[in-house]
Amino acid sequence: MSTAIAPFVILACGNPSRGDDALGPLLLERLAGWLEAERISESFDLIEDFQLQIEHALDLTGRQAALFIDAGQDTPAPYTLTTGFPDDTPGHSTHAITPGAVLAVYRRIVGGAPPPASILCVRGESYELGEGLSVAASERLELAWLALQQYCRDLLVQPGGN
Amino acid sequence: MTYHLETAENPEKLRRVAIDPVSRVEGHGKVTLLIDEANKVQQVRLHIVEFRGFEKFIQGRPYWEVPVMVQRLCGICPVSHHLAASKAMDIIVGARHLTPTAEKVRRLMHYGQIMQSHALHFFHLCSPDLLFGFDSDVGKRNIVGVAEKYPETARRGVLIRKFGQEAIRITAGKRIHGTGAIPGGVNKSLSIEERDYLLKDVYQIVGWCREAVHMARELHETDPAMYNSFGIFRSHFMSLIGHNGEMDLYDGKLRARDDQGTIFFDGVPQADYAKHIQEEVKSWSYMKFPFFTALGKEHGWYKVGPLARVQNCDSIPSPLADAERREFIDYAGGTPMHAALAYHWTRMIEMLHAAEMIKDLLHDPDILGHDLMATGERASEGVGMIEAPRGTLIHHYAVDENDLVTMCNLIVSTTHNNQAMNEAIRHVARRYLYGREVTEGLLNHIEVAIRAYDPCLSCATHALGKMPLTVELRDSEGNLVHQLSRD
Repeated sequence: MSTAIAPFVILACGNPSRGDDALGPLLLERLAGWLEAERISESFDLIEDFQLQIEHALDLTGRQAALFIDAGQDTPAPYTLTTGFPDDTPGHSTHAITPGAVLAVYRRIVGGAPPPASILCVRGESYELGEGLSVAASERLELAWLALQQYCRDLLVQPGGN
Repeated sequence: MTYHLETAENPEKLRRVAIDPVSRVEGHGKVTLLIDEANKVQQVRLHIVEFRGFEKFIQGRPYWEVPVMVQRLCGICPVSHHLAASKAMDIIVGARHLTPTAEKVRRLMHYGQIMQSHALHFFHLCSPDLLFGFDSDVGKRNIVGVAEKYPETARRGVLIRKFGQEAIRITAGKRIHGTGAIPGGVNKSLSIEERDYLLKDVYQIVGWCREAVHMARELHETDPAMYNSFGIFRSHFMSLIGHNGEMDLYDGKLRARDDQGTIFFDGVPQADYAKHIQEEVKSWSYMKFPFFTALGKEHGWYKVGPLARVQNCDSIPSPLADAERREFIDYAGGTPMHAALAYHWTRMIEMLHAAEMIKDLLHDPDILGHDLMATGERASEGVGMIEAPRGTLIHHYAVDENDLVTMCNLIVSTTHNNQAMNEAIRHVARRYLYGREVTEGLLNHIEVAIRAYDPCLSCATHALGKMPLTVELRDSEGNLVHQLSRD
């Protein structure tokens, strides 16, 4: 069994039981199957969690690139794929931190610049407990899925160049 | 019942300041302040959402699904809900006494949860305020500022939390959505390799946790006038207590003390909680206000969590943490400490206790055992309690003859602390905001009091695109006068 660190890490967060918050986990689940089919899964570590936390900074160690996937509220539809930067804005709660905060924690505890990071944010509409995906989110999921596949293909050609 | 500063006489004539953590799902957890023309605070309220929709989500489900499903309630303490639900379902399946392996594996999971949550709370959320002061430059009042002045602090915080997460992963089977605890026991024990993986770091973790207690204590000793009075109010307190009066975060019976430290009730079985606790509904908050039945709504409210637990027990069953507990009790001077910031000190004592307990459990051969399940006479109703990181967590279910859940009731730590948190921010408002122009630094004092409790915002979801905090100052006409936002 190989213990080498995969060059790319993809962190998806969301609660599968809360409506459109499932967008991240659903994309990650679909991606896992696709990477296997494409025989490129060894290049990617896929990490799912309810929400981002400080220890995810450790998951960035030794990577050539990182992608955060999350649902968005009142964010541009259908999705945005943007560059992530360290962000030290203080929070009011321990309950979640942003991708930028994860990158900032990396900078402090690991040292140096974090790996190039991108954020795939898919707009959601409803987040009630026990709900499934909304119709709008389901449509956006398909569009975001195409972008996610392309992102992964590009990474293999030009790491960190997305 | 209303309290001083809970309800203003003429709110229509007052300015409104809202400290508004924009919730992603279930409405808002926010603070509103009504201020008159002389900047005098006339009304302060903390509004926090309840677990709305939970009963609908869980009713009609097979009981054995519940310990897994309840993890979807909260992304920061899924293990606490997982274990509380499992304990309730133990009663349903008649497993009133788990096998030694099952109980010890569950305890290992729980101490991992306590450790990771307390580490996150202290090192990431609160230490910037504590180290740099509440009025410091907002750009410094964050983890980067801490790391610059105390470079090891931030790194240790992450690694202690990571260790706790690893204990959870190994006992629950997965990093999230774990299934380790099931009604009647657990579905796995530890392998020798898993035990050794945790053992190699646990002594370092215990040492770091001990130093964290000392850091919290030094902060108090640096400025006792402020630390001993900030957000202070006197109240009763409650927690589970072990059979010999010791701290027990996993099991036990309910004990309550009054504000002077005199035991008010003791030895109350978990199943009898409803005989001693009632909940009041107030029109301005979704969250209920629990109180001790015998004392009534006006005088019966209480606080839970580390500050309550450390002072409610007679001892802590791990030597280093118990020594720190005694130091804390001595510092308090023989009467209970009620200052909000003392939560941090006691939280670190509990984190040390969790680390010591993990160390001891890793040396216990029972965690490698294979006798995982217990059975007994089936029951139709079960109550499961646990001392979650923020305080006492109650899960109560009824299950019909078809194995389907027909009733569930939750009282979470944040609900127990509802009145206490309101009192804390009212004290801070009276002391720091009264008659002064509202600034970001002053409003941060309110947030510091809230952070001491770290209320659960029912946020087992996360969505980008919302700023975490918006502060609005509005005039009596509702017009926006000033806004402070963090993005």
